Amino acid sequence: MTEENGRIRITDSTLRDGSHAMAHRFTEEQVRGVVHALDSAGVEVIEVAHGDGLGGSSFNYGFSLEDEIKLIAAAVDEAKTARIAVLLLPGVGTVEDLRRAHDAGASVARIATHCTEADVSLQHFAAARDLGMETVGFLMLSHRIGPAELARQARIMVDGGAQCVYVVDSAGAMVLADAQARVRALVEEIGHEAQVGFHGHQNLSLGVANSVLAAQNGARQIDGALCALGAGAGNAPTEVVAATFERLGYTTGVDVQGVMAAAEDVVRPFLPRLPFADRSAITQGYAGVYSSFLLHAERAAERYGVPAHEILQRVGEAGYVGGQEDMIIDVALRLVEERERAS
Amino acid sequence: MLTAAIVGSGNIGTDLLIKLLRSEEIEVHSMVGVDPDSDGLARARDLGVRTSAEGVDWLLAQDDLPDLVFEATSAKAHQAHAPRYEEAGIQAVDLTPAAVGPFVCPPVNLSGLAGTPNLNMITCGGQATIPIVHAVSRLVPVPYAEIVASIASRSAGPGTRANIDEFTQTTARAIEQVGGAARGKAIIILNPVEPPMIMRDTVFCAIPPDADTAAIAESITEMAARVAEYVPGYRLRAEPQFDEPRDDWGGNARVAVFLEVKGNGDYLPPWAGNLDIMTAAAARVGEELARLAPGEKVTR
Repeated sequence: MTEENGRIRITDSTLRDGSHAMAHRFTEEQVRGVVHALDSAGVEVIEVAHGDGLGGSSFNYGFSLEDEIKLIAAAVDEAKTARIAVLLLPGVGTVEDLRRAHDAGASVARIATHCTEADVSLQHFAAARDLGMETVGFLMLSHRIGPAELARQARIMVDGGAQCVYVVDSAGAMVLADAQARVRALVEEIGHEAQVGFHGHQNLSLGVANSVLAAQNGARQIDGALCALGAGAGNAPTEVVAATFERLGYTTGVDVQGVMAAAEDVVRPFLPRLPFADRSAITQGYAGVYSSFLLHAERAAERYGVPAHEILQRVGEAGYVGGQEDMIIDVALRLVEERERAS
Repeated sequence: MLTAAIVGSGNIGTDLLIKLLRSEEIEVHSMVGVDPDSDGLARARDLGVRTSAEGVDWLLAQDDLPDLVFEATSAKAHQAHAPRYEEAGIQAVDLTPAAVGPFVCPPVNLSGLAGTPNLNMITCGGQATIPIVHAVSRLVPVPYAEIVASIASRSAGPGTRANIDEFTQTTARAIEQVGGAARGKAIIILNPVEPPMIMRDTVFCAIPPDADTAAIAESITEMAARVAEYVPGYRLRAEPQFDEPRDDWGGNARVAVFLEVKGNGDYLPPWAGNLDIMTAAAARVGEELARLAPGEKVTR
């Protein structure tokens, strides 16, 4: 297995997507530990932010234990060669937040919109480029629209200044060919001017397989998280992605032993629970529900005495998008009302 | 009775026109645009309203100037027009994000601003949520208030999309200045689902651990009824939800209020509640100003 298949850049999102699974309670010590381990293992880009991006600390998404700017600065301080990325969802975070992150040393701006709303990102791409940051576009819940339509949205981001656009399977809903076709469509549309990336979740246990198909169809940036730490059943695990890509003959620059050690020795000891495809998480993949709704649905289930998977099923039917965590409480209240009426 | 011109013949201006034509307090002076082929101007002509596609120059050249102008153009245009209105003695109600004048939310602070030459209507999310923040802050200190506005993608025009930070920042500032929260935060989400979703707004307020929840709930319900007087499709989706104090909320308790804003379907479809609440609130401002005789206070 030494065939040269080209170069893949792995971006680790343990300290951003993993923030969901940690209920946004990362400590500076944990951040330093993870960054040190990833940096030593040769991971080039490490994303650090609230799970819902810069400015995500809120009632709606959960308050960060530590100010994310302080965590970003700690990550920058700890990294010897890795670059620190941040995520920003227009409508949640602002250019002002991006500036603060840049001042703290972040050098990659990942701007995320729902897959049909790319044009709300233009002022943020422009600001990121002005700041001299590398830019990445993130089309969330990419399974909701077809490949051609997704490619048109990617085009909007590239024209706005994105140097790479990700197919983001936020719901872990893509089944193999779904990922393949979308990546291929983006490569055709933007491939001669920008890279294409893939961000996979494990709700249907296909995060790694989808990432492989993405790479085979021209994706050059792949996301992962140590121990799969992320929303829903978690992300494609960085250590598995690194091992798999090496076996497939891709060059990632990542030391497989190093990331395995990072997962096992650094991240696992502080995990509140291992990401797992339980009934609620599978429902998310199956019904196409934004992965970070999981813990919110569990909390609403406990508060209002209705099953989390029913809430998630209903959220999927309503077509709610990333950011609409408040609607989970609304759906729980509807379910309570329906039950009271029925009894 | 006051006379009023509408400047801007897009969706907002046209929807506002239909609302003002129903009003007994406002007489529509004219509708002014810059595009002779705009649907809004055609609609206005059909409704027997005087129109011009020659912009503010035409309006200010009239012998009979209006008492009021409603500006439904863009922030940039309003910044240019505002000093000219003031010079001509025309009071301006600004529906753009220009924020030349103070923020106004009719049931909260209009009575104190009646004589102000320029009033800004904040944002759609602000009009929907600030009355609720105020309903809480008039009873207990609100150290932090946060709102989430979800709107149908189709109701977000190119201006909103190109400048989404303007929405979050302006709304957050108005939650503080008008709503009465010590710190405000605003989030906006665009949802493309078909058929389009009706505008939804959620208001979270941090409240003291020992706050009188029954009194707060009553205040919120009363305020929602006052907004519904001028936005008939405005309603609470559920009783206000109270959560116990938590350490990660700085020891505060929380009230959460879930709102639905269904538009009146005047020019824009009912799902565009975000646009309807702007035009309805602006029309309300016009009517309140009209009811205000010199030396008399608005008595709402």
